[in-house]
Amino acid sequence: MSIKDRVIAIIAEQAVLEPSDIALENTLEDLGIDSLGLVESIFAIEEEFDISVPFNANEPSESDFDISSVRTIIAGIERLVKEQS
Amino acid sequence: MKRVVITGAGTINALGATVPQTLEAMREGRCGISELEFRDVERLSIRIGGQVKNYDPETRFNRQQLALFDRFTQFTMIAAREAIAQAGLTFTGELAARAGVILGNSGGGMTTLDENYRSVYEDGKNRVHPFVVPKLMNNAAASHLSMEYNLKGPSFTVSTACASSNHAMAQAFQMVHGGITPVMVTGGSESMLCFGGVKAWEGLRVMSRDACRPFSANRNGMVQGEGAAIFVFEEYEHARKRGAEILAEVAGFAMTSDASDIVMPSKQGAARAIQGALRDARVNRDEVGYINAHGTGTAANDKTESAAVADVFGGHADKLMISSTKSMHAHLIGGTGAVELLACIMALRDGIIAPTIGYEEPDPECALDVVPNIARDARVDVALSNAFAFGGLNAVLALRRFS
Repeated sequence: MSIKDRVIAIIAEQAVLEPSDIALENTLEDLGIDSLGLVESIFAIEEEFDISVPFNANEPSESDFDISSVRTIIAGIERLVKEQS
Repeated sequence: MKRVVITGAGTINALGATVPQTLEAMREGRCGISELEFRDVERLSIRIGGQVKNYDPETRFNRQQLALFDRFTQFTMIAAREAIAQAGLTFTGELAARAGVILGNSGGGMTTLDENYRSVYEDGKNRVHPFVVPKLMNNAAASHLSMEYNLKGPSFTVSTACASSNHAMAQAFQMVHGGITPVMVTGGSESMLCFGGVKAWEGLRVMSRDACRPFSANRNGMVQGEGAAIFVFEEYEHARKRGAEILAEVAGFAMTSDASDIVMPSKQGAARAIQGALRDARVNRDEVGYINAHGTGTAANDKTESAAVADVFGGHADKLMISSTKSMHAHLIGGTGAVELLACIMALRDGIIAPTIGYEEPDPECALDVVPNIARDARVDVALSNAFAFGGLNAVLALRRFS
C-alpha cells in the first residue's frame, strides 16, 4: 500500500467510514473527526510509519504540519517519512 | 431535611454481573475469589483475587468507548446502566440540571497506567496513546457517567482509599437530604488487578496467599477484588410521586479521622464514626440488627473493628449480626463500600443476612456473631455499613428498612 492509502485507511477508521468514502479535499471536520479524534489519528500515523509528527493541539496553525485537508496531511506524512527514514 | 431513599442498584463484581446474581451468590455463601489471570502474574507472590471473570469488554462497549474507558470506568458504566434502568429515571430539563454523580475510587486507571509504563519502560517505546490521561484519571468514570445520562449537577470523585465509596455515598446522601438535588447517582468502582497494582500491595505484606477469612482466628490477610456498584439516591417524595420501587432508606452517616497512623486502624476513630452514624440517623443502638463490617481479614482491622463495635453497642453487641462479605467478593478498595451496601439492602429488604465465609476458628478478640459461613434469615430494621480506610479516614452509613 502507498503512503496515501495507508493514511486514508487510518483516517477512515477514525471516521468510521470506508476508505472509498474519503476524498482528498475533505477536511477532518467534514469527516466528523474532533480534536480527540485528531490526536488519536496522529498517534496512529506515528505508529504506522514510525515517525514523529510535529503537531501541538494548542496551536494547530503554528505547527509545521498542515492538517487543513486529507491531501495536506498525506503530503505532510510523505515529507516526514522521507526526512525521518 | 428531606428523607433519602434508594431507588436503583447495579453492580458487576467477582460474584456476579448484576445485583440479582450478586445477592444470590451472597445468599449461597459463594466465594468469588480465584486465581488471578493477567500478564506477568507468575512474577507475583500473591496470585488470588476477586477478579471479574468471563468478561468481554468488546461485547459491552464500542471501539470509541473502549479507547477511553479503563476497566474501572467500564465497570462503573455497566453497574450504572442496571441502577438507572431499575430507578426508571430519564434525566432531562430541571432534573438533569440538578442531578449529579459522586463516585468513590482509589487507584484510578491502574491497568492503563500499568500497560503504558510497561510500554515506555520495559518495551522502550517513546510514544503512548493520546488518551492515557483521560483514561486513567480518577474522575473518568464519574465524567463518562454524567455524559451518558445527562447528569449536570454536582459531580466529582472521592478518593479516601478503602472508604472512598462510603464517603462518596455520604456526600450524595447529604446533597439529597439537604435539598440541593432530588436525585444523585453514587457508588464506586475499582480495578487494581494488574501486575503493578498487585505488586504494590504485595509490598505491604498484608495480603493473603490463600483466602480472605475475616474474624477467623487463622485469618492471614486481605484479598484484592475489583468491580463497581452504583445506586440512585432519591428524595422520598420525588420517588413516591412517581411510584418508584424503594429498596431501602438511607438514614444517616458519619465520618471521622483517626489522626494517628497512616496504616494502623484506631478503635476510637472507628467507634466515633459508628456512634456518629447512629446519632445522625436518630436510631438507638439496640435497633441495629446488622452491620456490614469493614472486615478485611487482616489481624489488625478485625480485632480493632470488633472492639469498636463492642464499645459502641455494649450488651447489644452480642445480639446484632456483623458479617464481612469481603470473604466472598474480596476487597474492592475504593469500590468496596458500594458493593457492600448491597448486602445491607438484602438484609433490610429481603431479610437475609450475607455470611462471613471461610470462617474456621473463633478468635476471642473478635467475639461477635459474624454469621459464619451460612446466610441467615432475620428481620432487620437498621443496618450499618462500615468503612475504615488506610490513612485513618472512616465513614459509616446507616440504612433503614423502608416500610
